[in-house]
Amino acid sequence: MTVATKERVIEFRDALREAMSEEMRVDKRVFLLGEEVAQYNGAYKVSKGMLDEFGPRRFIDTPISESGFSGMAIGAAMRGLRPIVEFMSWSFSLVAADPILNNAPKMLYMSGGQFGCPIVFRGNDGAGGQLASTHSWCVESLYANVPGLKMAIPYDAYDAKGLLKTAIRDDNPVFFLESERLLSTKGHVPEEEYTIEFGKALIRREGTDCTIISFGRPLHFCLEAAEELAKEGISCEVVDGRTIRPLDIETMITSVKKTNACVVVDQSWPFASVGSEIASQIHRYCFDDLDNHVHRVHSDDVPTPYAYNLEQAYLPNSHKICEAVRSATYNI
Amino acid sequence: MLNMAEIDTTETTPPLTQKRAKAPLPDSPILLGWLRQMMLIREFEVRTMQAYQNRQIGGFCHIYIGQEAVAVGSIAAVNPDDPVVLAYRDHGHALARGMDPKYCMAEMFGKIGGCAKGKGGSMHMFDAEHYLYGGHGIVGAQTPLGTGLAFATKYEDEVIGEGKSDKVTLCYLGDGAINQGAFYEAMNLAGLFDIPVIFVLENNRYSMGTAIERGTTMAHALHAKSEAHGIEHAIVDGKNVMNMYQDFKPIADWCREESRPFFVEAQTYRYKGHSMSDPRKYRTKMEEEMEEQDDCIASLSTFLQEHHDVEPDAIKQLGRQVKSQVRQAVEWSNQSPETPLDELYTDVYTDVWGPFKGTSKPEMLQDENE
Ligand SMILES: Cc1ncc(C[n+]2csc(CCOP(=O)(O)OP(=O)(O)O)c2C)c(N)n1
Ligand SMILES: [Mg+2]
Repeated sequence: MTVATKERVIEFRDALREAMSEEMRVDKRVFLLGEEVAQYNGAYKVSKGMLDEFGPRRFIDTPISESGFSGMAIGAAMRGLRPIVEFMSWSFSLVAADPILNNAPKMLYMSGGQFGCPIVFRGNDGAGGQLASTHSWCVESLYANVPGLKMAIPYDAYDAKGLLKTAIRDDNPVFFLESERLLSTKGHVPEEEYTIEFGKALIRREGTDCTIISFGRPLHFCLEAAEELAKEGISCEVVDGRTIRPLDIETMITSVKKTNACVVVDQSWPFASVGSEIASQIHRYCFDDLDNHVHRVHSDDVPTPYAYNLEQAYLPNSHKICEAVRSATYNI
Repeated sequence: MLNMAEIDTTETTPPLTQKRAKAPLPDSPILLGWLRQMMLIREFEVRTMQAYQNRQIGGFCHIYIGQEAVAVGSIAAVNPDDPVVLAYRDHGHALARGMDPKYCMAEMFGKIGGCAKGKGGSMHMFDAEHYLYGGHGIVGAQTPLGTGLAFATKYEDEVIGEGKSDKVTLCYLGDGAINQGAFYEAMNLAGLFDIPVIFVLENNRYSMGTAIERGTTMAHALHAKSEAHGIEHAIVDGKNVMNMYQDFKPIADWCREESRPFFVEAQTYRYKGHSMSDPRKYRTKMEEEMEEQDDCIASLSTFLQEHHDVEPDAIKQLGRQVKSQVRQAVEWSNQSPETPLDELYTDVYTDVWGPFKGTSKPEMLQDENE
């Protein structure tokens, strides 16, 4: 007789909090800083209650000073502390471009291996909903270009916790991109301790006719599209890359060699993007397996608009993904 | 529980222009040591310029001649394990901190023997053994980093060690860097969180070709900038190593004891051009000659001869010593092998994946471990 263990279901934001709390409990070098993280409980309530447990020395409210506190955290990381920097939104990380791109990912190299930078930068990435162009940044393509950093994008609560714990334990700078739109989604998260290795993609749905590759929030639309297409007899395999650096291109190649068709869905802009990089690699490694060129679905190549209808038209959605899959598989 | 952001600094801050008694002057062996260090830096920089002309050194290269007293006097006032972080005019500080000149020179030669295996060059001198957290090429970028290093020492001592903070971090910057936003953010954070960092402003009156008055408001009273952040300040004579040390030591002690930040303006002058390609059209020959009359090496040699009966020969002897030390550094750097191409893919990440090969320490650190 087998007893089904009741799986615990929690919100994505709770999973993030659990990851940070657990790591902070076992390692005093880990601390968190950011705007409104402590007394206000976090702008998106990710860090709710953590101030009470860890106190103001390890849970630090900063002024609105992204360049200053990012640089400060990097200096602390050079001494071996393991800061978690919360950006209220990755959109605001742009004012900290110099420390996060010029210092953190290059310190180890420039010092000839003497000073590493074990630090996590995390926060909301992507359009939150009618926030217009300054507040809707998808930074993955912009930042993934930089060697020396790692980048993870969790899709569900389980991955949010497992990937964040790995990020905190990593000895390199990790850019951890969350989606405000996913924070309230719920998922199974076991009580037991676990981590998720970087560079291991996950097949979220198996299929035979077309591989759909994506990261983070757009996976929701990919899965929706796959459901829709199944009704038309098109079987899609949905691959969640999970991390962009390292990129698990092998899993993607294996899938495309099976399906012979590929659609990449990347919520950032199309030009010189994560999507174009993956498409290029798939073209290179699956040249003889592809029945069609790799199709790509991105946000439109314009600043993010405010108006609801324009924003909806601009973002990737399941309709656009369906169209791309139909085209890639000659089902038009 | 008290939040760090809630600490009211206005209550506890004494007047921001507090006068401090000068530290006593050390005995002549120590003074001779300072003289030797300053002579070493100057000789090193002369050879650096030569090597640059010979194309043994590439990229941007900034010479410290004229400012030696600032690095030597301030570094003498702190402990060997206090963190130090720098801008890109960094050879002098690296030597004053104790880096062997051969590793510094080999770094500029782009050789495997360099302190960073030739990956950083002139502007990026790092030395973990001497708590030197780098020269940094982006003007002002080192100021939040210095604040973070000091934040970390305090966190290590108080949160992890549950004791009392007992380190102070030296964060050097040029007068051009005070126009960078990052510096104001760093000062605000340091003032807000009581971070024991000393911002050592080396005011050599120019950022490249821009005289300070042309780029900075309140150029006659720079301390106003720190006062705005509740940070104590002082002006020190950066052209005389004894003044530099005697004024700096009590400041460093105060920062260590109180675990609070400080802003020091060291007034100095760079004799050479901004970098190797600067015709210095923005200032007069006469100004340069006048400034050079008040020279840190000359004034300390005179002082030692007049007050400590040091023979001119003893000083000449020091000159010969540093000449030969630097000559050896150049020879060593010449002989050090080119950095092998597989180093291109080391030190990108600490771990091994994809094309990346993990990390390894430079020869400089391996030597000292033996
Ligand atoms: C952000 C940035 N802008 C411009 C430069 C180019 N630059 C290098 S040094 C320098 C002048 C800085 O002068 P100062 O801070 O006074 O230092 P000094 O050279 O006198 O030591 C400039 C403009 C740079 N390195 N970084
Ligand atoms: Mg200057």
